[in-house]
Amino acid sequence: MTRHHARDTLRAMSIMGTRVVRTEDPVFLSRGATYTDDLTDERLTGALHLTFVRSPLAHATITAVDVEGARNAPGVVDVVTGADIDLVAPKLFAGAADGMERPWLATDKVRFVGEPVAAVLTEDSYQGQDAADLVEIDYDPLPAVVDLRAAASDEVLLFESAGTNTSNGFGLGKQFDEHLFDGCDVVVTREIVNQRLAAASLETRAAAAVWGEDGRVTVWCSTQNAQAARDAIAGWLGIDVALVHVITPDVGGGFGAKIGADPEFALVAWLARRTGRPVRWSETRSENMTGMVHGRAQLQTVTIGGNREGDVLAYRLDVLADAGAYPRLGSFLPYFTRMMAPGVYDIPKVESRARVVVTTTTSTGAYRGAGRPEATAAIERAMDLFAAEIGLDPAEVRRRNVIDPGAFPFRTKGGAVYDTGEYAQALDKVLDASGYAALRAEQAARRERGDVVQLGIGVSVFVEITGGGAFAEDASVQVHPDGTVTVLTGTSPHGQGHATAWAMLAHSHLGIPIEKITVRHGDTDLIPRGGGTMGSRSLQTGGVAVYQAAGELVEVAKRRAADLLEADVDDLVVADGAVTVVGTTTGVTLAELAGRAELKVDSVFDSGAPSFPFGAHVAVVEVDVESGKAVVDRIVTVDDAGPILNPLLAEGQRHGGIAQGISQALLEEVVYDADGNPLTATFADYGFPSAAELPSFTLVDMATPTHLNPLGAKGIGEAGTIGATPAVQSAVIDAVSHLGVRHIDMPATPLRVWEAINAARGSGGARVDTAGSAQ
Amino acid sequence: MKIEMTVNGEATAADVEPRLLLAHYLRDVIGLKATNIGCDTTSCGACTVLLDGESVKSCTLLAVQADAQSVVTMEGLSPDPGSLHPVAAAFRAEHGLQCGFCTPGMVMAAVGLLRENPTPTEREVREGLEGNLCRCTGYHNIVRAVLLASGQDPDAARPGATGDGLVAPGFSVGSA
Amino acid sequence: MIPVGFAYERPDAVEGALELLAEHGEDATVLAGGHSLLPVMKLRLGTPELIIDIGRLSELSYVRVEGDEVAIGAGTRHHAVETSDVVAAEVPLLAAVARTVGDPQVRHRGTLGGSLAHADPASDLPAAVLALGGTVVLRSLRGDRCVPITAFYTGVFSSVREPDELVVEVRVPRTGGAGWAYEKFTRRANDWAIVGVAVVDGRVGLVNMGSTPLRASATEAALAEGASIVDAAMLADRDTDPPADVAGTKEYRRHLARVFARRALTTAIVA
Repeated sequence: MTRHHARDTLRAMSIMGTRVVRTEDPVFLSRGATYTDDLTDERLTGALHLTFVRSPLAHATITAVDVEGARNAPGVVDVVTGADIDLVAPKLFAGAADGMERPWLATDKVRFVGEPVAAVLTEDSYQGQDAADLVEIDYDPLPAVVDLRAAASDEVLLFESAGTNTSNGFGLGKQFDEHLFDGCDVVVTREIVNQRLAAASLETRAAAAVWGEDGRVTVWCSTQNAQAARDAIAGWLGIDVALVHVITPDVGGGFGAKIGADPEFALVAWLARRTGRPVRWSETRSENMTGMVHGRAQLQTVTIGGNREGDVLAYRLDVLADAGAYPRLGSFLPYFTRMMAPGVYDIPKVESRARVVVTTTTSTGAYRGAGRPEATAAIERAMDLFAAEIGLDPAEVRRRNVIDPGAFPFRTKGGAVYDTGEYAQALDKVLDASGYAALRAEQAARRERGDVVQLGIGVSVFVEITGGGAFAEDASVQVHPDGTVTVLTGTSPHGQGHATAWAMLAHSHLGIPIEKITVRHGDTDLIPRGGGTMGSRSLQTGGVAVYQAAGELVEVAKRRAADLLEADVDDLVVADGAVTVVGTTTGVTLAELAGRAELKVDSVFDSGAPSFPFGAHVAVVEVDVESGKAVVDRIVTVDDAGPILNPLLAEGQRHGGIAQGISQALLEEVVYDADGNPLTATFADYGFPSAAELPSFTLVDMATPTHLNPLGAKGIGEAGTIGATPAVQSAVIDAVSHLGVRHIDMPATPLRVWEAINAARGSGGARVDTAGSAQ
Repeated sequence: MKIEMTVNGEATAADVEPRLLLAHYLRDVIGLKATNIGCDTTSCGACTVLLDGESVKSCTLLAVQADAQSVVTMEGLSPDPGSLHPVAAAFRAEHGLQCGFCTPGMVMAAVGLLRENPTPTEREVREGLEGNLCRCTGYHNIVRAVLLASGQDPDAARPGATGDGLVAPGFSVGSA
Repeated sequence: MIPVGFAYERPDAVEGALELLAEHGEDATVLAGGHSLLPVMKLRLGTPELIIDIGRLSELSYVRVEGDEVAIGAGTRHHAVETSDVVAAEVPLLAAVARTVGDPQVRHRGTLGGSLAHADPASDLPAAVLALGGTVVLRSLRGDRCVPITAFYTGVFSSVREPDELVVEVRVPRTGGAGWAYEKFTRRANDWAIVGVAVVDGRVGLVNMGSTPLRASATEAALAEGASIVDAAMLADRDTDPPADVAGTKEYRRHLARVFARRALTTAIVA
């Protein structure tokens, strides 16, 4: 913590917490941002275009590949198959079973629809599509493996050499305790689905590469972490990290699916070396929907037990997770699901385990929340099932079981140490803001009247882990002789607004206007070390590092100014880009100091531990019980991530997450048929919502600081998906619970809701008299 | 085939394949990269431009179809980053963009919407933008930006955006 | 994705289009608004060899009252139908349905003739014209023929249009003060209808309940015989063969047809 005069502190804090519009926007709204496919860098002049030939089958042996027709097509410079590639096929997740390596281009077998089998290089992109259609591949179909239980049975293996479809697991070594629920008056168990989703960033994946005379390769790619991409590409190519230079252009959304590098990026580089020309690749949306990693995809069995007063005594979470065909980061995420299993609740006995299996589908990776929405959706569903079983209001049951605010830091049964939390307060705030009692009254009135449009209210209280895995971050702040400032950060924004936010942080110490502060990221020659942007880590690591570096620069400046001005350091104050002697006009600008000697500070901040933001959401849903159609009328959210640096940006992050959360609950699902054919592989088929499907959101503020960093900040980026999803799912079920419905899996499509109503009616639930419904 | 087109007020001409999409004419032949392609099924609207003043999806038009017509892209709306078009300025003021990829199409669609409906309600804004997908913002601030651009106060009390008691979307309309 | 290459002609009059169609027949495909055709071509599900672009032919873009009908040029954009004072006054169902097609950008390009010719049973306008009891005017070098909409469709994406014929006009009866309604049930606003029901003047058109747009004849007959709306609507799925897909099972679509027929009739008949 750096020393400041009180006056410094006041000035320093004046921009913090204010709604500053983004410095990125004037360019973004005029000539537009520059994404990888937009690049006109002269080094890419004459670049070849890469088009992949992809498998139309989910599981098959390849019996013949004929590229001659393609080779002779107009504009074709090269056609490459797996046999041509001399690189070692990597396991994309180190913890996966041996034998589950992913080939660069499939040679013997394909294991998912969309798997790349050949690569065509053409002078222009239109020719690439035509040439790719001329590659002839013969396949011998094999049975697809889509169902998770079928996969776990090992009846049809994806990898003969692995001898199993189980990639890895967590907690599998220990048997479940058959006495876990002893002493519980009530035990409820249910199998629930946390469905597979597509990240569906608006910008698909793209990369470009060119080799220099110096033997180094420059790779531009759409990534959330240039440094990790560099390391991965170097490793896959079998070359020294020093030979790879990754540059991150503007990125059109990532949501976790663009963490690090895809093997295709390395292939682009390899092909550039093979042909001696630059190579560019930009996938179509159809390719993206089967080629980019999917998210979630867990089959969960929850068991919850407690007494009739409402105390939860035991909870068990059993997870069967889908790796997709080739295990990737998604195979690790159940680790976080287990860690966050108990959520905000102080449950005496908790156990969990997770098995990850391969299937003949697209690989899974991180998607906003990455393992934690799955945990929260499970425990919140379990709490609702428990509440329904004992006949208590779901909000009351939650209040009764949340961790006491005085108990922090709190070590949970999941193995996490929660830093700070005020869960009951968050719940109270959201119930108050949503007018909970009035909502219940309205619901009762509609039920009494037997309205066609019923009201459902869903409550979620959640906690999540942010910054998890990478707590240290680098920053550099430099003042130039012309008075401008350059900030270098190891984070990697793709919409989060770090150029503005980090400029605010630097400004808070330096007093130089943010328009004069440029923030650079994502260039590994400029910034060799960095953790990227994911897991809601950036502000609490990278932002703090910038804040720290700027603060240290002020101290350096003061010491130099003290010498120059022959003044006492304690009599100096920094404001508005200058160091002045208190009470005088004597001083020197930071720019002048920079003119005399380099004025730059490199800093590393290591928080040492993850932080745990939390919140509570109330979703109000209307369900047409005749058609099953559910619509979110209103969603009220309390999200506590500690003190907010820029409310405009923080709200934007909350909005985006809430929208994705609502969408998981109601609309989105990646669907495969029994043969492994994807049925939702375009934006026309996949339930990506437009503005017409969503309401405006009600955000309530709450800020409980963490002790883990000087800004007190936790992460905000993923809160929406974690809190909104279970609240909306719960609301839909709540809307028709009086008809006997106890559970509806996500997405709660009109078809699913209608079928649930019918099934409940069939098993004795209340009748819905369609013919007599008022209209 | 030889075509001519006025793009952002400037005359352009080229000899193109009939199958060249208008979006690619703008991006690759003329070099205006703001207009983005985000899907294959005319769903996302990131490619929206104005064709003779009407919003269209440039990925679902052949360049030859726009021969002798006039196109405006986001670059044409705001040639100078220091002096943004009022709709673009409203997007900035309300933080109606994050990653920016949907933004060129969203802004052009908003311009088209406001030309046809100068003071839309929130519901009309949301339905008017149903052809433009955004993954980052959740649309909340985009709607505010369009309302602001129309001269209305985004903070003014608005009825429930999803249909004022009706279960929407989908359409239910009639003579009653 | 981008289409397979093709030859392209843009005749400057309908006559020129007809000559090209006569010469090339099935090897040619007509491009009007392109928002049914181009998406298919971009996914390479359709690979026409010759495209005949009639999208600029102003002689095909008009809305006129002609006796007790409204005549609409086949090249009239959905947006023009949606905003036409004449259509609003004389055939309000059509204006309302046009407004539900796709999104604003699509409606600036798509045409009424194109939508009918594309013959997708999941499209809105064919069912609306069916409920209206309209007529399709086909023209070729051999002359004109008027085909009642009830005889126009033969199956999914197929109609009685011969390869050398062009849809040039759609005629619909003026519906005066007759009650009307359109219920379009979707998950997302921009989706094709899971099921849709168009009602006007005692006639009921169904969207996405078979291989062509269908009339709910049993419902119409029951109403004509004095049955209540509730009872008549229960017959709406008679003689239909709805598809099963991710959005709905056959049984679900049948149920929706009954529910939305009841709602549409209630709206229309109360008026």
